[in-house]
Amino acid sequence: MREPRQITPDLIAQHGITPEEYQRIREILGREPNFTELGIFSVMWSEHCSYKSSRVYLKSLPTQGPCILQGPGENAGVVDIGEGLAIVFKMESHNHPSFIEPHQGAATGVGGIIRDIFTMGARPIALLDPLRFGPLTDVKSRFVAAGVVGGIAGYGNAVGVPTVGGELHVSETYAGNPLVNVLCLGIAPKDRIFLARAGGVGNPVIYVGAKTGRDGIHGATMASETFSEGSEERRPTVQVGDPFREKLLIEACLELMTGDAIVGIQDMGAAGLTCSTCEMASRGGTGIEIDLAKVPLRETGMIPYEVMLSESQERMLLVVHQGRETEVMRIFEKWDLDAVIIGRVTDDGLMRVKDGERAVAEIPARALAEEGPVYHRPLERPASQDETQRLDPSRLPVPRALDCVLLDLLASPNIACKRPVWQQYDHMLFCNTVVPPGSDAAVLRVQGTRKGLALAADGNGRYTYLDPYEGGKHAVAEAARNVVCAGAQPLAVTNCLNFGSPERPEIMWQFAEAVRGMADACRTFETPVTGGNVSFYNETLGTPIFPTPIIGMVGLLDDIRHATTQWFKQAGDVILLLGERHGELGGSEYLKVIHGLEAGLPPRVDLALERAVQQVCLQAIRAGLVGSAHDVSDGGLAVALAECCMTGPGAALGATVTLDGTIRPDALLFGEVASCILLGVRPEAAAEVQAMAQAQGVPCTVLGRVEGADLTICGNDFNLSVPVTRLQETWATGLSRLLG
Amino acid sequence: MKCGILLFPGTWSHQDFAHVCQDVLGCDWGYVWHKETSLRGSDCLILPGGFAHGDYLRCGAIARFSPIMDAVVRFAREGGPVMGSCNGFQILCEAGLLPGALLRNTSLQYRCGWVHIRTESLETPFTRALTPAQVLKIPISHGEGRYHAAPETLARLKANDQIVFRYATPDGRITDQANPNGALENIAGICNEGRNVLGLMPHPERAAEAILGSEDGLGLFRGMLDAIAARPA
Repeated sequence: MREPRQITPDLIAQHGITPEEYQRIREILGREPNFTELGIFSVMWSEHCSYKSSRVYLKSLPTQGPCILQGPGENAGVVDIGEGLAIVFKMESHNHPSFIEPHQGAATGVGGIIRDIFTMGARPIALLDPLRFGPLTDVKSRFVAAGVVGGIAGYGNAVGVPTVGGELHVSETYAGNPLVNVLCLGIAPKDRIFLARAGGVGNPVIYVGAKTGRDGIHGATMASETFSEGSEERRPTVQVGDPFREKLLIEACLELMTGDAIVGIQDMGAAGLTCSTCEMASRGGTGIEIDLAKVPLRETGMIPYEVMLSESQERMLLVVHQGRETEVMRIFEKWDLDAVIIGRVTDDGLMRVKDGERAVAEIPARALAEEGPVYHRPLERPASQDETQRLDPSRLPVPRALDCVLLDLLASPNIACKRPVWQQYDHMLFCNTVVPPGSDAAVLRVQGTRKGLALAADGNGRYTYLDPYEGGKHAVAEAARNVVCAGAQPLAVTNCLNFGSPERPEIMWQFAEAVRGMADACRTFETPVTGGNVSFYNETLGTPIFPTPIIGMVGLLDDIRHATTQWFKQAGDVILLLGERHGELGGSEYLKVIHGLEAGLPPRVDLALERAVQQVCLQAIRAGLVGSAHDVSDGGLAVALAECCMTGPGAALGATVTLDGTIRPDALLFGEVASCILLGVRPEAAAEVQAMAQAQGVPCTVLGRVEGADLTICGNDFNLSVPVTRLQETWATGLSRLLG
Repeated sequence: MKCGILLFPGTWSHQDFAHVCQDVLGCDWGYVWHKETSLRGSDCLILPGGFAHGDYLRCGAIARFSPIMDAVVRFAREGGPVMGSCNGFQILCEAGLLPGALLRNTSLQYRCGWVHIRTESLETPFTRALTPAQVLKIPISHGEGRYHAAPETLARLKANDQIVFRYATPDGRITDQANPNGALENIAGICNEGRNVLGLMPHPERAAEAILGSEDGLGLFRGMLDAIAARPA
């Protein structure tokens, strides 16, 4: 690359910088920026790094709580789980790179989020991957799905962090823009958390890890644009991951962190060296000076602009105490990692970049990192929203063969067994996995204590499209419900907010509404948001995806023996339903699969009821009364019952259930609801659970009994009965048939 | 030090082995770093799972050149008990301590999950505590675990009773369906002619506590510890 002589309006526009933003840059510098500085501003002020469109809304999310040790603003959130331990967790998206190059895009997404966790002193112990693809009947979407899953497996397995959960949904809306979100959780002594702050004038700045190449230049900027024809040509902006080097970095950094040589540490993720240097200085209230001539390079002839903007993977930046350099270097040497001192902490608040003796950039660090543009973009409820929400069920015929409907739903990739995906991930490493993928939430034990952690990720793009406020509430409510069904108290959340272009008023409306819903729900469940990620510009050829907020929820089990799974445990158990059935069809998987409609209003979440239902469920589990607990979600009550019968590792169990009421059968069976949990309990425990529910004002109905070899559901005017082995066979092969 | 757990760059099951040694069995253990040349008085050796040196080349092909391997080979040749699981098995094959090779799974995909293996030989220090044809419920986690050997090697393995574990159904039948990776004759683990070196693809350290779903892997550890106790110092 050659350095252009002049900063022209064209060049500025190519960097995604508006004329107003350029004016601010000139004010900050008191002069025109040079080419390197222009590049630095363009990545730091990109949507991806600066959150310029989302910031005003994210402020409304609750971030404080008694157990929160570190909220948003660092590499990841930190939550106290007692006994001197803390969990460190965060979720990020790698949507754009994964569409362009599925395998490496997903792999480097895994690598990036793992670095965010061990940077803070925590050993990464779990990954979760919420994924969204186009229909798997489409060749391109199948290619993307296989590549993404292979990339997650390839990186996660090799680096040695188990992937214990996730979710997978397919819909036409993601065909041109898949979503790859990755959550990582680590564990650390709570008094050994490391922050990404520079400090101590004169302290050395150390670069460690992979050499810098030309890969990933402008990756953050790419993630701040929509896709058009020829986006695949952007392949060079996707980086290539090296899980082995990452593993070395994990071990070396954690070994170094047992001592006290480190002042601050940050990984080089989006915007690489640029972001890590100016953010560390800005947070520490210092300046920083680095010399690019000392940066290990993979290629010759790289100009400062390229070195500063490279997103080569597996690189870290450290500030260490002066005089401790030798001991630091000895540890990196042990792990065969390249480490060099590339600069010093200064006291002038400037990010000063030199190339040998030549100064190539000089920018106030704080202005660059913290004082980027903030937009109050216009919002507008789309004119078509009313039409979208309109649904007249009376015009939809009730299918006669309800058993076929149930089988069709179980075969739908959104409901079918996800084993073909998670069997490719090591989900058992570290000997913590008490409940593996396949139940409502994964449960890990916390070694050295009696505690456990439950992890779930949820988000329903269709609900959010139909009603963004309810969709935001649902994502939090369902994630909390899943964690509760596993026997855990919801503790805190991270999120990944995947939306279209913020430059469209209707997208900003969706975003603002969804965030409002999440904020209300997070306050109800007392689960603060500890951080997360916003991914805008998820559009291809002008068509945005369904707004898809994903919530990652962590719950705490005080006693790991309370870990509960979703499948029925033994014949004779009584089936109880906590919560209220409404029988609405809006936004349901049934409506989509059987009638080809994505319309109506999604089920409304009554947050007070939801909280009460969850409390009763948890109380009953802790009292040792519950054999199985499963929330009613995609596919409604019939699908939830089928899942209770046949998703366990042992032999499938039948059930006989009676549903009274005058609701039309398809709505009764397949209509989706919030705040409903199915419990399997011993007959002698049923009355006690019912009493608990009554005390909290929560409806609790006896639906039937675990028995026989069929799932039989009787209503006033229908009778559905299918052998559970048939349900199981359909459900187990639904996804593998599509993935081929 | 009783149990030496080898640590290569890229190894990741070492902590789990250490956990079982320390918290489940309460036995003495220590890591042996691959750049060392001494086994630091280990009475037995474990080569854990992972991706030693990244395994970008053939699995284990670089690890066999790690400085510690001379000492490992010497220890094995002198009859010291050595167990390689997963990547450890691959390394033992590459180092020539076990015959055959581990190839890419026939699915061409990584596989992690529970399998069952049938004990085919009790004549190793590790399996002495098991019962004939005992079926163990135990996890696997690998992309390249398909055991392969030339016909004459296979014949020798059989003649010498060196096949120690085969993938099986829960009731002990050897079927194609029970074979998770396409391994030759469902072979999941073998020993050397001296019977002191065991390699297996499954992870006994992940099947050592009831809360994780199985304690069937413990027998291998117990056998190994018994063998150490019985060996002349």
